[in-house]
Amino acid sequence: MSASGLVREEIQPSPTPTPPRSVAGIAVVGLVVSLVGIALMVAAALRLRDYNGHGPISTVVGGAFVVLSLYPLWPSFRSFAAARERGVLLRDGQLVPARRSAAAGREEAQIAMGYAAAAIIAAGILLLAFANSGGIAHTFFTSSAWHKSFPEMIRAFWINIWVAAVSQVLVLIFGLLLAIMRMLPGRAGAPLRLIALVYCDIFRAIPAIVTIILIVFGIPLAIPAASHWPPVWLGILALTMTYSAYVAEVYRAGLASIHPSQSAAARSLGLSYTQTLRTVLVPQAIRRVIPPLLNDFISLQKDTALLSTAAIAEVVLTSTLWQAQLFNLSPVTLAAAFFIIITIPQARFVDYLIDRDAARRAGK
Amino acid sequence: MAFLEVDQVHKYYGLNEVLKGVSLNVERHEVVCLIGASGSGKSTLLRCVNALEEINSGEIRIDGDTVTGAGVDLNALRRDVGIVFQSYNLFPHMSVMDNITLAPTRIDGLPRKEARDRALALLDSVGMAEKADAYPDSLSGGQQQRVAIVRALAMQPRVMLLDEITAALDPELVGDVLQIVRELAHGGLTMLLATHEMGFAKEVASQVCFLDQGSILERGTAQDIFENPREERTQQFLSRVVASGRL
Repeated sequence: MSASGLVREEIQPSPTPTPPRSVAGIAVVGLVVSLVGIALMVAAALRLRDYNGHGPISTVVGGAFVVLSLYPLWPSFRSFAAARERGVLLRDGQLVPARRSAAAGREEAQIAMGYAAAAIIAAGILLLAFANSGGIAHTFFTSSAWHKSFPEMIRAFWINIWVAAVSQVLVLIFGLLLAIMRMLPGRAGAPLRLIALVYCDIFRAIPAIVTIILIVFGIPLAIPAASHWPPVWLGILALTMTYSAYVAEVYRAGLASIHPSQSAAARSLGLSYTQTLRTVLVPQAIRRVIPPLLNDFISLQKDTALLSTAAIAEVVLTSTLWQAQLFNLSPVTLAAAFFIIITIPQARFVDYLIDRDAARRAGK
Repeated sequence: MAFLEVDQVHKYYGLNEVLKGVSLNVERHEVVCLIGASGSGKSTLLRCVNALEEINSGEIRIDGDTVTGAGVDLNALRRDVGIVFQSYNLFPHMSVMDNITLAPTRIDGLPRKEARDRALALLDSVGMAEKADAYPDSLSGGQQQRVAIVRALAMQPRVMLLDEITAALDPELVGDVLQIVRELAHGGLTMLLATHEMGFAKEVASQVCFLDQGSILERGTAQDIFENPREERTQQFLSRVVASGRL
């Protein structure tokens, strides 16, 4: 029959129509999960209101949470409607529309479960916070403690921001120098390559806190002329030394990711090694490493908190002093909030850059 | 004395000998085509000529001057020897204009204005003048390859190496690029090109060399090689090319 040995029609299976999947079971599960979410949220809202002495704000906020938790009911009802439609269509023998209704109904039920799960998690967190007759809320979220410590805390946090900004600029420069040193060609470059390699290995191995203690306490002792240098500058030096080792690796990965054909094209035009590096490789590499670079910068910002161990009055040290004075951890929570507020926009910005890069590479 | 002389060149990648004593002379204004299967050493030979690859023994001379071995100013050599690659290799972070003017301004110290004028004239002659400010990613493969040719020509090389420059192009774009090479050949530019376009080789080549496993197995005029191949390997290769509809 067939002309080719590659194709044999008689062994190909004949297709059988797929029956529609069942919907009712998953719709019931969706409804039950939604109702559990609503019940938990009502309980959490009542606790919230009780803890705040039935104040109007807590009543409104609790009410809003409960209203939000009602949302999963909507897709849940739609899944039941789809289940009924599927039954009718199937009885009429309309297989394909029945399959589509079944798929839509199952999806609606899953949506209900997803939103209800979020409501359950949120209600759980609230219930936990007001457990032990509000012990958790009192320990971490006392507004009077925030009020007292805020002016001093915000001034202290300015030190963190300033240290991070200066260190980041220095890290960008020093890290690039290290990366280029690690890629110097030939035998002449070998000793410098080795030095850069050893530097990166050592400073990635030493915990940042150890480098900070050694530099901030050690330098003034070891070098008398440095004894009156501001400790903040020594802290910046320590952070720069640590993070340059990481950033050098990021740069190096970026340079290595540029295809060798770019270098060949540049050299074939007569550009020297240095000219190739400066005009072709480094500009492309920097573009590629911006997202991982920003990730390292975010962790550098957080590590400015380590300067507290070197008796620098940044936000974490200040918050622990307040905590000792008030016997309450709310000032430390406030410090955490400061870090969250400056970090999250940057994290989203990194995501945006990664997405944009992916889109550009996809040719859009 | 030929303009470009390749003399008993051996090249190893590790233990693998990819060029086994290749000798080749290219006269001024001559167009020499290298044909042969993938892996036969065509690209490696071209890359050795402008020292993107180091040779292990033998010698390459341009205009009588030895350009292999220690002490040669490779940057100066590469100014004289242009190369165009299969994958174009334009710099993606630069506009078409910057791609072309980079080397003339940085190396020859040409004033920006003059470099731009030269680039525009060349772009115009390949029908790409209106794309001067575009970025490579927004161009088709054929357009990118035309820019790559212009980029190499902007250094006013004395010999051009073309490394399978149409192999990555869609069939309908091949013609535009080959037309440019044809013009260069008629203009008298000395060229050494590796190609799978047998019809084109037949048309422009003054000499065709068939490479097999790192050696030049057979050489002669296009007519000799394509119509009267003496070696069995050449006959096999060409009959396969015919079977695949490429000749």
